[in-house]
Amino acid sequence: MLSLSKWRIFFVCLVCISGIYFLYPNFFNKTEVTALPDYFSKKQVNLGLDLQGGSHLLLEVDTKSVLKEKSEYLVDDIRSALRKQKIKYSNLGSKLSGAVVTITDKEKIDLARRSIRENIEKGIQIDTQQNKLNLSFSDEYIIDSNIKTVDQSIEVVRKRVDESGTKEPVIQKQGEKRIIVQLPGIKDPERIRSLIGRTAKLNFHLLDPTTVELAQQRGKLPPGTFRVSNADPTAYEKEFLVKKRILLTGDNLVNAAATVDPQSGKYVVAFEFDRKGGKKFAKITTENVYQRLAILLDSKVISAPQIREPITGGQGNISGNFSPETANDLAVLLRAGSLPAPIEVLEERTVGPSLGLDSIEAGKKALVVGFVLIILFMIFRYRIFGLIADFAIIFNIILLVSLLSLIEATLTMPGIAGIVLTVGMAVDANVLVFERIKEELRSGRSIMNSIDLGYKFALKTILDANFTTLIAALLLYNYGSGPIKGFAVTLSIGIVTSMFTALILTKLIVSLWVVKLKPSRLFLT
Amino acid sequence: MNIINFYKYRITAFIFSFLLILFSVFLFIKDNLNLGIDFKGGILIEANFSTPPSLSDLREKLIGISVGNVEIQEFGSPENILIRIEKNSEKKEEQNALINNIKNELPSEIDYRRIEFVGPKVGKELQIMGIKAVLFSLIAMFSYIWFRFSGWQFGLGALVALFHDVLSTIGFFSLTQIEFNLASIAAILTIAGYSINDTVVVFDRIRENLAKKESPFSELLNLSINQTLSRTLMTSLTTLLALLALYIFGGEVVRGFVSAMMWGVLIGTYSSIFIASPLIALLGFKIIKQDQ
Repeated sequence: MLSLSKWRIFFVCLVCISGIYFLYPNFFNKTEVTALPDYFSKKQVNLGLDLQGGSHLLLEVDTKSVLKEKSEYLVDDIRSALRKQKIKYSNLGSKLSGAVVTITDKEKIDLARRSIRENIEKGIQIDTQQNKLNLSFSDEYIIDSNIKTVDQSIEVVRKRVDESGTKEPVIQKQGEKRIIVQLPGIKDPERIRSLIGRTAKLNFHLLDPTTVELAQQRGKLPPGTFRVSNADPTAYEKEFLVKKRILLTGDNLVNAAATVDPQSGKYVVAFEFDRKGGKKFAKITTENVYQRLAILLDSKVISAPQIREPITGGQGNISGNFSPETANDLAVLLRAGSLPAPIEVLEERTVGPSLGLDSIEAGKKALVVGFVLIILFMIFRYRIFGLIADFAIIFNIILLVSLLSLIEATLTMPGIAGIVLTVGMAVDANVLVFERIKEELRSGRSIMNSIDLGYKFALKTILDANFTTLIAALLLYNYGSGPIKGFAVTLSIGIVTSMFTALILTKLIVSLWVVKLKPSRLFLT
Repeated sequence: MNIINFYKYRITAFIFSFLLILFSVFLFIKDNLNLGIDFKGGILIEANFSTPPSLSDLREKLIGISVGNVEIQEFGSPENILIRIEKNSEKKEEQNALINNIKNELPSEIDYRRIEFVGPKVGKELQIMGIKAVLFSLIAMFSYIWFRFSGWQFGLGALVALFHDVLSTIGFFSLTQIEFNLASIAAILTIAGYSINDTVVVFDRIRENLAKKESPFSELLNLSINQTLSRTLMTSLTTLLALLALYIFGGEVVRGFVSAMMWGVLIGTYSSIFIASPLIALLGFKIIKQDQ
């Protein structure tokens, strides 16, 4: 029977009104929404990066390099443990994830094992094969180390992004060692990317007085030195001979800023050490006056100034060939600290603001045109029922957008395509019902009976048909990335809302019409 | 009601579809898909020039500085240029430098509408992901139909129709050489969802008629297809109208996706009438009266 219970009317009205209520904030921009009175919902549909413009980056942290580094430290620990006990050893070396050593005093293997054990961290396993000790990180240790590395990297990336002045960035972990960075509305993605991608390890060394040319003539490098290229390839000095020992690192920095050096008028990066670093720096500059300091950033010399006098204030300047931007970027990097491991940019998608605006315009136009075409077509085909179906389509969009706002979903261009497509497919449920009613009328049933049976029979079909589409949408959500996810979300929600509007909303309107006005025919055939 | 004897045309339809699939596979092997950087890795730049640039000049300039394969085409208008660079280098610094080099090579007043870079690692992963998504959804739909219609013939009929639609859509991508990217995977899955939707409506009617009519199965099939025909055509029409609006006004970015969808709606409608339903009979479905 056609039900016109007060509860049903109340329920349908409630859903429709909530739809309008949650749709409403979308008519305002972000600042206007916060100014709305408290009894309004503040939740809006977010525009995806492809619509508002911006950059999406997928980064991968090279966690293996940290394990490699730890393996090298492990070698140092083993060496000092064995030396302390005066145990003879050979073939000491690091692996990708661990270290090996051969104990030449066969009787002292147990002692060696014990003293190494005392000297190293807990998560490291020691296997003995005859007189060979094999040290390796346990799985838990590796997982733990990787988590720490990635978490630290996220922290550093976040600091760098924040320092660069990007508004509302999204930085989150994905999977085990990947980071997603979303930067809405940025204009110069290359700069941000080079800011994020740099490891930014700052090391202070001393320069060897021998020049590279001289060393080449002699055929060998002075002991304890290595060749380092200049960060500025256009500079006069292409390469330097740098003493291997690291005197100080960027970890001791507390502040850095780009300023103009009053004497030269050039951009420099002023830095400040913490107390410990300041003391060390004072000692170094006192002991090595007139020598040249080598400041290395990511294994390239960015500056090699001569120490003219002891610097005891814990402050200094890096003068390189800086532009205002590069000086500022370096200051940002130094303030944010170095990454624990190198980061690789796996994927980058940047949409300029003009394309975003065009896409929004195109999406709106397509939605309106598609909508009008379908509305006219439905009226042409089903007359009054078409009009009722059109009313349902309008509410379908209202409910769809309001649900998207409620979950604060991100609307992408494929998402808009999903909405337009939903409009096309949403009429399907109505069409199924109407065609069924038509059929029942043809077989000679009464108006009331035909409507009742039409909805009843169509219900099963609609559920089955929509469920299969939902399967496709859910798998798309599960496997898709970014914009495609947006498409899957609007498509799935569209399916659900279309079932409500086509089955419940139109049924109520049709029932009201038939029961109250008692039409003699339905104008369907 | 005029009943069109669709069942009569089943052999013609099977032959037609068989040839269509064969042709699609042939095209796929011969021309392959025009894989976008999503799957192949590389760089894509959409740049808007103030005046239409000469494509051959641009090509020469860019080939001079890049290592990989350079593809340049107009995108929507003569001022709007799409540059695709396929590059297999694993070195990350090179990618960054390459984008900067390209920018230096082009006039400075250009509006960069889109810059995308996908590394080879991610490209591989996205390929695997796309194949998984399509296969799993086909399996899930097959299982659902089998379960709901309590007959493997229904499930298999739907599955064959789905493969038919997916393969011919891949053929469509090969033939038109429309860029095959992540959105194309979305198109294929939506087509699959749409086509199964149509199929389910017909199947549903077959099930209903099975329960109340005593007639040969072939007649029953025909009746069911005819009873649902006006709905099938109406829905295809409204969906095509929506797609048409997207195609004309939706902008260049979604155009490839929309054309594939249009093809999919046509082929999906065809396959649920001419392939999925007749197949149930061909697969030897026997009418067994069941308690409802």
